Amino acid sequence: MGEEKVSGIIEKYRGQPSSLIHALVEIQHENHWLPREVMHQVADALQVPFAQVMQIASFYKTFSLTPKGRHEVHVCTGMTCHLRGAAKLQAKVEELTGLKDGQTDADAKFTFATGACLGSCSIAPELIVDGKHYGRMTPDKVEGVLKQYE
Amino acid sequence: MPKFQSAAELQNFRAELLGARDPARPCIAVCAGAACDGLDSAAVAAAFLAEVDRQQLGNKVGVRTTGCHGYCEKGPNVVVTPGDICYFEVSPVDVPEIIAATLKGEVVERLVYKDPATGAKALHMQEVPFYKHQTRLLIGDNPKLDPMKIDDYLALGGYAALVKALTTMSPEQVLAEVKKANLRGRGGGGFPAGLKWETTRNAPEKTKYVIVNGHEGESAAFMDRAMLTGNPHKVLEGLIIGAYAIGAQKGFMYTRHDMPLLEKHVRNALAQAAEYGLLGKNILGSGFDFECELHFDVGIFVSGESSALMRSIEGNVPEPRPKYIRTSVSGIWDKPSNLNNVETWANVPQIIEKGADWFTSIGSEKSKGTKLVSLSGHVVNSGIVEVPMGTPLRTLVFDIGGGVRDGKTLKAIHFGGAMGGSIPADLIDAPLDFDGMSKLGAPIGAGGLLLMDEDTDMVEVARYLMDFLTKESCGKCVPCREGMAQMLQILTGITEGQGQAGDIERLQDLIEVTGVASLCALGKTSGDPLKSMFRYFKPDYEARIAGGSDPK
Repeated sequence: MGEEKVSGIIEKYRGQPSSLIHALVEIQHENHWLPREVMHQVADALQVPFAQVMQIASFYKTFSLTPKGRHEVHVCTGMTCHLRGAAKLQAKVEELTGLKDGQTDADAKFTFATGACLGSCSIAPELIVDGKHYGRMTPDKVEGVLKQYE
Repeated sequence: MPKFQSAAELQNFRAELLGARDPARPCIAVCAGAACDGLDSAAVAAAFLAEVDRQQLGNKVGVRTTGCHGYCEKGPNVVVTPGDICYFEVSPVDVPEIIAATLKGEVVERLVYKDPATGAKALHMQEVPFYKHQTRLLIGDNPKLDPMKIDDYLALGGYAALVKALTTMSPEQVLAEVKKANLRGRGGGGFPAGLKWETTRNAPEKTKYVIVNGHEGESAAFMDRAMLTGNPHKVLEGLIIGAYAIGAQKGFMYTRHDMPLLEKHVRNALAQAAEYGLLGKNILGSGFDFECELHFDVGIFVSGESSALMRSIEGNVPEPRPKYIRTSVSGIWDKPSNLNNVETWANVPQIIEKGADWFTSIGSEKSKGTKLVSLSGHVVNSGIVEVPMGTPLRTLVFDIGGGVRDGKTLKAIHFGGAMGGSIPADLIDAPLDFDGMSKLGAPIGAGGLLLMDEDTDMVEVARYLMDFLTKESCGKCVPCREGMAQMLQILTGITEGQGQAGDIERLQDLIEVTGVASLCALGKTSGDPLKSMFRYFKPDYEARIAGGSDPK
């Protein structure tokens, strides 16, 4: 992990308790999860109780308290994706990766999560891998997409 | 880079900009809206730039990457000006042909709209059925500007309303104009924006805040991010004008963290506005100071609720609080805070520029102006639509939307996301109107309109929506947290063929208790989809409970 970048983020917000969420979001984006010792550093630098850092980190879905896989696989479960067959897509991803919603595999290759709604409803249903959209997906195309990721 | 000290400097700069631009020079606008982006419109834009570069055509034809054009179904979208020639489903291999035709003033006919029934072609935007029934006052500029360039916005007359407000109107006059326009909040409530502004203005505290709610958590609603990503300066201009009227010194843009382009465009817009002296101290020499900060939601639906959103800006967990005292009186750090939705703010510049009388000439009796609607679900033409308030749903669904996909018939129209409602197909002539749609049980909410075809299982839809809300509840109020869990359990039972006599009555009890005893709209209206289901689709539920698992 980019330890220097993470310390840089913490330094930027030192002494600013109201920037807690900003700091955690930036660390999450950089490091993909929030290790406990990093949250302690955030608490000390921003002068907020550790309990408050944990409260924020455990409340919002964006934050992960466990390491994530190299690739983040999402199936959109928004209304239009749902109406157009997201459940079948989700079942296929779960079958291929052996992961349930929110899980990471033992090799830390994939983290799978459902989520809604990314607003590209016109190309529903959608599979999203590391931010790249695969629109108008069908269950039989999933394997071909996931194969591209190592 | 100019830093405008006065309104005159801005107007001179605009005149220079326009003087240097040749309106006859063709420009190719490639859509980078959410759907087109998902269809890799970036590769199309890159191909245009590479081809223009290769043939050294830089002074003959322009290429612009823009926000959402609207017709998402047929992306990637490309529009060529002058003439607004629309090309659909464009791929990088089409690029040389489009450039060659554009230089000759011709049209690549194989890429234009063809009527699926008659095969008749439509070359220009105003002839394409999806566009021709719309009134695109807010979203219409999207293909005409690069959201990363403030100069593009200025060239289209941007910030003229701000100039007018700061130099010729008092804050009271601006407020009076917005009140007279009867601009109603586009986020869901339909509350008059002017009255809200006035409350914050009159609150005794000197420090006041204004907020853009760009959270847009409503599932299948995507017009706000299209507006904010595609034309961030229009929203910002509205915000600055509002701050002037209200007497606020600071603003917050609160939006989604999961849209990289949105973040990039808004960040850039704020920086450019500050550079040009449209944010900061003594804006355009008027003596008015205003700054604006960007904040992100961190992935929970309830943080779109106003009091929760403000807690989130403070750096706390977004739990709603009781609103005996409104946030417009006591909001962020207990200071008066006026929050409006993206689309509401985007309406402000045109009201100031063209006047309340012009604005009230558009729309229905009690809902004025236009409304952005995200059209999706089982519709032929999904995308972002802008029509005058009062437009019959039939126009939206059939004339613009092209009807139901795969030749099926329409069963229901759903409005307002997870806390909205569904109405049956025979109410299709109802007008799009805040009050009318609320009475029917399908309040327009933020404006996500979904079609559901004949095969849609309404019990499953209700179960799905309840499942979504159960996960999004912040958990503070027991009736919301536990009531929804119970409703979900009963609905899941019915969908799995385990329905029992009395389930409908039990659900009705839970809807009532959860509605009465929850603090914020999430809990209060969590039963609304079910209420509309029991009003219009009760036989579906009764049959499912009586007959076991088969939906038919």
